[in-house]
Amino acid sequence: MNKKTNQKIAFIAFRILGLLVVCILFWILGFIVYNGIGVISWEFLSTAPTDGMTAGGIFPAIVGTLCLITGSIVFAFPFGVMSAIYMNEYAGNGRIVRFIRVMTNNLSSIPSIVFGLFGMALFVNTLGFGDSIIAGSLTLGLLVLPLIIRTTEEALKAIPDSFRTGSLALGANKLQTIYRVVLPMAFPNIITGLILSIGRVSGETAPILFTVAAYFLPKLPSSIFDQAMVLPYHLYVIATSGVDIEASRPIAYGTALVLIAIVFFMNLLATILRRYFGKKVTTS
Amino acid sequence: MKQLKRIAERIVEIMLTVSGSITSLAILLIIVFLFKEGFGLFNSPIIEKGYALCVNVTNPVNKLNPYQIKHIFDSDITHWNELGGSDEEIVLFRFDEIFSLYADEEFGEDYALLPEKLGEVIAQSSGIVAFLPEEYLPTDNNQVKILPSTNISIFDFFGGKEWMPTSTPSSLYGVLPLILGTLWVSVFAILIALPLGLGVAIYLSELASERMRKIMKPTIELLAGIPSVVYGFFGLVVLVPLIQKMLNLPVGETALVGSIVLAIMALPTIITVAEDAMRNTPRAMREASLALGATQWQTIYKVIVPYASSGISAAVVLGIGRAIGETMAVLMVTGNAAVIPHSLFEPVRTIPATIAAELGEAPAGGTHYQSLFLLGCILFAITMIISISAEVISKRKHKGAGV
Repeated sequence: MNKKTNQKIAFIAFRILGLLVVCILFWILGFIVYNGIGVISWEFLSTAPTDGMTAGGIFPAIVGTLCLITGSIVFAFPFGVMSAIYMNEYAGNGRIVRFIRVMTNNLSSIPSIVFGLFGMALFVNTLGFGDSIIAGSLTLGLLVLPLIIRTTEEALKAIPDSFRTGSLALGANKLQTIYRVVLPMAFPNIITGLILSIGRVSGETAPILFTVAAYFLPKLPSSIFDQAMVLPYHLYVIATSGVDIEASRPIAYGTALVLIAIVFFMNLLATILRRYFGKKVTTS
Repeated sequence: MKQLKRIAERIVEIMLTVSGSITSLAILLIIVFLFKEGFGLFNSPIIEKGYALCVNVTNPVNKLNPYQIKHIFDSDITHWNELGGSDEEIVLFRFDEIFSLYADEEFGEDYALLPEKLGEVIAQSSGIVAFLPEEYLPTDNNQVKILPSTNISIFDFFGGKEWMPTSTPSSLYGVLPLILGTLWVSVFAILIALPLGLGVAIYLSELASERMRKIMKPTIELLAGIPSVVYGFFGLVVLVPLIQKMLNLPVGETALVGSIVLAIMALPTIITVAEDAMRNTPRAMREASLALGATQWQTIYKVIVPYASSGISAAVVLGIGRAIGETMAVLMVTGNAAVIPHSLFEPVRTIPATIAAELGEAPAGGTHYQSLFLLGCILFAITMIISISAEVISKRKHKGAGV
């Protein structure tokens, strides 16, 4: 066999592999959409589950997920952005920054179930919040903190130093330079990072298992110290341990579709923003 | 006024500095809480809290380990000579049985005479082993020997082959099947994902047209964005029945399905990291290889892949890290049997799945709860090692490549 045929065979194989990955995605997506689309209706989105989760909708779970997204972002976004500002604008390039960067990397590699354990030990038991929206929000906030820090840092790095020196030369001090020049310029990319974080938060299940998620609640949460139903946990429950698993399958497909739709919408929004502003912010 | 503004700015700067340390603080807190709860396990007695085991004073056996206790109460061990005692049959006695031997009036007011009666029962039988609550122990009966309670040992935890956290009177916390289950599933996941991911990475970095890249990159990002519970659901309703039917297995929830799902989930990480490494190969090296008459394929596997090998190893390590820590998908498709795996076609149980499945039922502060936190510590340690070694590997880049 000569080297040309070798190359041909190898390249065909790689093309097939590339195609295969795309096919896997479309297989998963197609399957969920095909089975779930018939379930989706206004009623499904706006009513509570009934008949032991075999009928009705997923409204409380959607509300719970929105609460968790809001709570975790309110906590993680300011801290994440400030942390990134400190690392990029203040700390220089010394040992401390390298240490912090390693720590941020490590934090992002910790499995989500460990966050769940930690959230249970600290927020639920030690601080006495119990299973509550606030405990879940803080746990999830910690989980997305590295993502927000990294995307913000990249956004700040993308701004040429000439803008900073220009501002300083005009007599602005460092803080004025940051909030009048650097932050407004980095804003679109920071928001892109925020949107990616929302996508991440809405899909996580393991950290909320023991910090907020409820199997079934007859009414909506009324304060941040209440338990809540949450979309991903709801899907897990009705897929594995419902009263009548077969009968609640359609609901499970519908829930999976809503969940995927939220995550994809967020990713799409981030991609569009990224294209629009022409700067790159990556998830990984 | 100006003074006030300066103070405000100073405060903001302090806040920024404090936020800078927030991730380090978070890791520190995680370590403190995880290890504090987890290592409490080794200060807990092997027998259920508030209970003790008693034998007749003539019995030469002075100590029982958790495995012996469990097998005694499961009636797997029936004679004392198996435990170094006399050749006598073991008579099990559980606390409740006392109420069928005596009438309620005989225990006196507030069960004051209960310990005495228990003592009588134990004194009568030389082969007895009684499982009693501490408040009713017959302490002043010299015919009764209370077995000293020992704490759960580190060796039993890491070397134990049985995970039975809810068996009474003595739970078994052998973590070996869980560790092996985790590694088993993760390693096979990587064996599936590596060739696939590497192939796609080569395709993306060397062969794909710009248009194809524009389609593939977001596709891979979307694949990374799908929540793990959705992967689990897909695995449960599609792959489990499919594999069961194809291979004619008694149950579909097996290590194999877990590995396949994990492989799909680890793909985006492997592809992205490996592709980045390959794209970083200097143009001069490719051109030199092509100028020497090598085909594009020869250039890829003789120049680019070796050059990117540290990046590719980092991709593998990160992929394994992702697979080991994955919880929901594995929990839903692997069947969760806590036994040491022998083949891919059996149910297994991983560390994260164990935590997720059992923590809800474990009472806070109990030994079961502590043991699950200790599992969390193990998981934390493994992923830390993986994340640090990935960093070290990718730092080593280009050394020895001669550039």
